[in-house]
Parts: sequence; C-alpha cells; structure tokens
Amino acid sequence: MKKFLLIFAIFFSFPIFSAGAGCGTLLSDDGLQEGVCEHVEIDANNKASLQRGAKLYMNYCFACHSLKYGRYKRVADDLEIPYDIFEKNLMFGEAKIGDLMEISMQEKDSKAWFGAPPPDLTLEVSLHGADWVYSYLKSFYTDEARPLGVNNKVYENVGMPNVLLDLQGEQRSVCKQVPMYAENGGLKQDPLTGEILTQEKCGFLEVVPGTGLLSPEEFDQSMVDLTNFLAYMSDPIKEKREYIGKYVILYLLILLVLSYLLYREFKKDVH
Amino acid sequence: MQPKNPSNPGRRKFLIAATSVVGAGAVVGAAVPFLTSISPSAKAEAAGAPSKADISKLRKGEMMVIEWRGKPIYVVRHTDKSLELLNQNIERLSDPDSQQDQQPDYAKNENRSIRPDVVVLEAVCTHLSCAPTFYPQIGVTDFDDDWQGGFFCPCHGSKFDLAGRVYSGVPAPTNMLVPPHYYESDDILVIGQDGAKA
Amino acid sequence: MFQRVLAWFDDRLPITATWERHLSKYPAPIGQNFWYLAGVLLVVVLVIQLISGIWLLMNYEPTAEGAFASIQYIMRDVDGGWIIRYMHTTGASAFFLLIYLHMFRGILYGSYQKPRELLWILGWLTYFILVVEGFTGYVLPWGQMSFWAAQVIFSLVGAIPVVGEDLLTWIRGDYLISGITLNRLFAFHVVVLPLALIAVVAVHILALHEVGSNNPEGIDIKKFKDEDGVPLDSVPFFPYDVLKDLVAIVFFLILFCIVIFFFPDGGGYVIEYVNYEPANNLKTPEHIVPAWYYTPFYAMLRAITFSIGPFTAKFLGLVVFGAAIVILALYPWLDKSPVKSIRYKGIYSKIGLAVFVISFFVLGYLGSVTSSPLRTLLAQIFTFTYFAYFLLMPFYTKYEKCKPVPDRIIIK
Repeated sequence: MKKFLLIFAIFFSFPIFSAGAGCGTLLSDDGLQEGVCEHVEIDANNKASLQRGAKLYMNYCFACHSLKYGRYKRVADDLEIPYDIFEKNLMFGEAKIGDLMEISMQEKDSKAWFGAPPPDLTLEVSLHGADWVYSYLKSFYTDEARPLGVNNKVYENVGMPNVLLDLQGEQRSVCKQVPMYAENGGLKQDPLTGEILTQEKCGFLEVVPGTGLLSPEEFDQSMVDLTNFLAYMSDPIKEKREYIGKYVILYLLILLVLSYLLYREFKKDVH
Repeated sequence: MQPKNPSNPGRRKFLIAATSVVGAGAVVGAAVPFLTSISPSAKAEAAGAPSKADISKLRKGEMMVIEWRGKPIYVVRHTDKSLELLNQNIERLSDPDSQQDQQPDYAKNENRSIRPDVVVLEAVCTHLSCAPTFYPQIGVTDFDDDWQGGFFCPCHGSKFDLAGRVYSGVPAPTNMLVPPHYYESDDILVIGQDGAKA
Repeated sequence: MFQRVLAWFDDRLPITATWERHLSKYPAPIGQNFWYLAGVLLVVVLVIQLISGIWLLMNYEPTAEGAFASIQYIMRDVDGGWIIRYMHTTGASAFFLLIYLHMFRGILYGSYQKPRELLWILGWLTYFILVVEGFTGYVLPWGQMSFWAAQVIFSLVGAIPVVGEDLLTWIRGDYLISGITLNRLFAFHVVVLPLALIAVVAVHILALHEVGSNNPEGIDIKKFKDEDGVPLDSVPFFPYDVLKDLVAIVFFLILFCIVIFFFPDGGGYVIEYVNYEPANNLKTPEHIVPAWYYTPFYAMLRAITFSIGPFTAKFLGLVVFGAAIVILALYPWLDKSPVKSIRYKGIYSKIGLAVFVISFFVLGYLGSVTSSPLRTLLAQIFTFTYFAYFLLMPFYTKYEKCKPVPDRIIIK
C-alpha cells in the first residue's frame, strides 16, 4: 500500500502548467516583479457580477469580438436574465435569442482595419487564464509611438485601441522612486541617516486623475466583472459540473464501500 | 487452492444484492448523459424558432412552401370555387370534423384554418412522412375519378382534401397536421408560435 | 428450463466451456499485488473510450472549417456532451497512465519471459497502436496544438533520406497539413485503429489465458497442482479476482470522475490550454509540447542535435525516437536472467531498472519544457542511459548473482 501511494505521489507531483504565459512587462505595485499577472478571483455563482460583466462586454467588446461558440439564450438562462430584458439591452440587430453570438463585422474588413481580425473571445480565459485577461484589460497606456496611440504592458504592441479609455481614463507609463532592497530581502537604508534608500524605476501604470468616468476602484471592479463573465463564457458548465460531481463521487464512494465489503466477504473462502 | 464454503451466507447474499443494486444504479447514471445527448441540441432548438412569411403575393388557387424546423409548410389560398366545394364531399373523408388532435384549437373548424381562405398545413403525410403533392385541379386525375382538389401522396397513394383532411380507404390514418401559427398583420404569417404568446 | 436452454446453446456454441476457461476455472495466482490491477482497468478504459468515442462521433465534424466549432458545439449545445467529451479526453490520459503502469509491472516481475514472449509482443503492439491512436485523436479538435503537433510529427517522415519529402506529401495528401490530412487521420482514429486495438487486445487476453498469469514472485504456479489439476497457489478468477478487480474499478472511477468533474483540463496535461485556440497555419504557438505521454520520446527526438556521416540530425532523431519505442518489444530476448521477478534478480538488474525509471521520468520532464543548452545535454545523457539499460541487459542479467526462487508462493 505504501508503494502504491508513493507511485501516486510521483505521478501527481509533476509540475502543473499554468494557463497562458506570463504578463509581458507588467510591473507589480512595489516594482519588484515583472511579468507576473495580477490575480483575480473568479466566482461563477456571483450572478450580479456576471450580469454586469455581460453588459460591459456587449457594449464595449462585442462590436469587434464575437462569442461565436455560445448562444444568447444560454447566457440569458445561466445569468438569470429574463429574455425580454436580455433582448432589449444585450442584443443588437437581427439576432434571435437562440442564435450563436456572432458579430456582423467581416473578417476581411477587420483584417484591413486592425492588421489581424479581432479574435473570438469565447475561449479566451481557457486559453490565457483569468489573471492574464484581467491584467491585460487594466494595462493599456498612452504610447504616442504606436499607430493607435496606445500600448499594453501585458501584450506588447497590441493592435487594439483602448476601448475602455472613457471608463478608466488616460493611463500612462510613469517612473517612480521605489525603495531599494538588500540581498537578504530587507530594505536598504542609509547607514548614516537611517533613511530608506530609493531608486528610480520606470514602467508603472498611473491613471491621470479625473479623466475617467469611473474611480480606480470602480474600474477594477468592472474589470473583475468582465473577466468573470469571460471566464463563464469559457466554461459555462463549471458550476453545474462541480455540483453534479459531488454527488457522483459520493455515490461511487458508497459503491466502493459495498464492493470492498463484498470482496472481503468472499476472500474469507480462500484464506 | 479449493475455496471453503461461506461462513455467513445471509450476509453474503445481502452484500451481493446491495452491491448489484448500487452498481446497476451507477450504470444507469452513467447512461444518462449518453441518452440525453441524443435529444435535440441547442442548435436544433434554435433552428426550430418560428418562421415568418409574407403571403400578400400568394394568389387564389396557389400554394407556397415555407420551411419551418426543416419541414415544408404548405400555405394555400382557396379559390371561391374550392371554398364552396370544401365541405360538400365530406362523406369520403375519414375525419371531416377534425375530431382527432391534429390541429391547434383555433384551427379546429370547418376550414381547419384561422383565415377561412388560407390554409396552413405541415406537408408531412401522416402515413410515412412523405410530402404530399398539391393537386388543385378538379375532375378526373390519374389517381381519382372525382378529384375535388387536394393533396396526393406519391409514396403510398394517400389522399387529402384542400384542408388536409384524409380520405377514407387510404394508408394514412389521420388528417395532416396544422402547425401552430398566427398572423402578425394581415399579410405576415408566423409559423411555429401560437398567437396568444407573441 | 435454464439448464435445457443452456445445453441447447452449449451444443452449438461453447458458452459454458468459455465461461469456465476464462472465468470460473481460470486459475489466478495468489499474492498478486496492486500492480496487477492495471490490466483490468485498461479494459475498462478501452470500453469508456469506445462508447464515448461513438457518441462524440455523432456530433463531431471532421473538416478543417468545422472541427473546432463542432467540439465547442458538443461542449455547449449538446445535452451532456461535455461529460462525454471529458470522458474521452480524460480516458486518453488514463489509458496511457495505466498502460505505462501495466508495462512497468511486466518489467518488474519479468512477465515477458518464457513462455510469455508473445504475450509481451501483443501488449507492446497494443501500446504502439495506442501511440498512433493518441496522436491521430489529438489532431481532431483542430486547435493550435493539434495542428502544430501534426505538422511536427508528419515532418518527421520527411527526415527519411531520399524518399522522405515525396513520402511526406503523399501521406499528408497535401502540401501542408490541411483538412485533407485531418480527414484521413479521422478515418484512422475512428475505424482502422480501434478495430486493430480491439483485435489485438482480444488476442492478448487469449494468449494470457493460455500461458497463465504471472505473479510478483515470478513463480510458475503450474508446477504444483492438486488432484483435480488445479494449481495449489491459485484461486478461481471468478468470483475471487473479479471482486478484487471490482473494488479497483470503483476506486479508479472515483479518481476518473474527480478529474472529469473538477479538473477536466488536468492542469494542462489532459487538455492543453493552447488547444483552446483554433488551428492557425500562419502562427506557431510560443510553447509547443506534445501530450505528456509522449514527452520522453519527444525529448529523445530533440536530443539528437548532431549528424553522423551522411545522416542528418533530423533523420537520426527519427531513428532514435523509433528505436526507443521498438526496443521495448525486445525485453524477452534482452533479459537473459534465469529468474523472472526483480525480487530475486541481482543488484545490477536493480540498478539498471532504477536507471531506466529515472531516465524515463527525466526525459518525460525535459520533453515537456522548452529546450536550452543544458537541457539538451541532460536529454542526451539520459537518452544514452535509456539505451544503455537495454543494450547492456544481455550481459548484466547473465552474469549477475540471483537469489534462489522458492517453489511455492508464501503469503505473509
């Protein structure tokens, strides 16, 4: 039995891939880490957040990014939005409630406009991970060198305009004085004055105050909602799957106990 | 090694029964996704959404075909003559009063239709599901000596009148189905939905 | 009544005889440990794969345009489709996990030695078919990883000197990996290979029941029989071993369901994240790694970075890749030891086995990460030790000192 467990441990101790790669040149707030995505808590049960995320998506993203593997009806059902409200607020043009969430923009047009057609985002969170998507959404900044005037810390030289500009306000990449750290991880201090030593580091993101419709906290929450919605789109069955899963495993455990007792009962014959 | 006899046969019997029942339950449970996956998917349901048609260009004595759920729906506008003839030969029909539940309540009338002059039918023979052919002419035809206008199924020779009512003495057992439908306006016909729920 | 119906059938079809031969009177050695459960679990997984595969087939669309979307259709629009697909993806990984355990059991206890050479070859053939089946299946979702894996594996054929390029175009059916390639892989994945797999597995089991099961001691139980001809160190397969197997099956199903319901991606091992992007022939993903069950062989393929004489590194890589798989089939003739089980073999065999296991795991790890000069060097070293284990086996197994094998199985 010991050996058995050991073998199991070996098989399951393999490194787990994290979905998607790192986050480009994104700096953490303290300036110590680069390229680490900001973590976001995904909650498939938070219907209010999902509804807000869906609304944001349909108004800000859906013009270019389809969700073509999903259907409106499923979203309305899962997010508990009545059909009439859903049709009025979240659907545009000729679309019917049972349709796939496709967009009318033609791929060859969009290729001419943006260089590459905007990708479908149904599976974006499965592909890159929620943290990456969340960090990406928050990392647009003004960069005059780029054709569209914006760049992104997570996705260098992205070919997408910052559609969230009016919500977030203008964000810039700035330099800041940050504390210096010693080898042992402690803060470096001036040996004479005891003052903490600092150095200049560039690449921090800062919003120009008063340029956005939302406060930084509200904007963060909106992006959590949007990411949450995209995570739902990637894996719409998650909530139900885990719910069913618990009962399936409970049932099998009962069967395991019974079959083990039966096995022991018969084993007596040959011992 | 030769097995010994069981020491407690009762316990053994109980365990066999319990394990078998719970095990059979597991098999049934595992079969559920396989069985449900065969039922219509969300795509098929979306394709079952109502169809709309403009019937303003449909002239008297003509028929148009509309697709709904992949099935042909016949829409026929009666001529004055055919309307007049419609209920004069009912002795040849097997269910002239539409007693069998082959139409929504709002079409359970003399003409089997909402508007007396326009009949809407699922073009599926109630015998083995071929699409009956529209024969509006009156008189002698290849298949009937006294044809009053109606539908004839080329597969097995079932005959229906212009209201989709089946003749007696043919393989088809019942009248043709009238699909749920309503008129959104005078000329816009919606198939696949009852008028009450719009 | 039942007796008479049975007798009627028995006169025409050997029902009772088959039941007795393969189940109620098949002698299962006592003292078999958990390693011996992988076999029956493989049969369970085979059944899961066949059934879930048939059901996937009902909705999958084998075209370059429709394949990716049809998978999402199964996952989203078909009722219960997600369970069926996750069964199939998880089943694929489980299949390989179990067949590796099963093969390792055979290596551990010398289950390939006389008279079980053919049994081993049949098992190896199962593994080989499974490798091809796994690859063809992996391409079907037509995601980025599917496409580029197909690109890489097909390109290997191009490494064959002289005829390579023409052969490549011929088997690919196009000048690049395309819908045409997808269609032929589909035909192999759903018809040719499953049929072959079922046939080989059936013959494997027939062969097993002819020569009898081995045991961890490597003792031949047929030497000592009672007056009825039943080996003393055995129990009837039915019901005693079947019930043990039942417990194992339920335990396995619990683990299986944990993956299906809670970790269907298996941390990127069961379903690779990159495959959530549709195939794009203009863009190679940043990290391209094969499915975990191929990584040891993939690492060996990449380890060959030098050419020898007229042979390019690419061709030698293919040769090493193929040889690493084929050499597994040669166990019965490489192992010259007079004893079967590792328990009674000498120290050199034990060291050799340890080297083999370590090489396999290290190569498996190296095959799943991007290469660097250090990693390539490591891969070369462990490729060398992998082959050294096999090629030196005839010598060290012949001359090492083995422990005496007892006559009977003793259960402590």
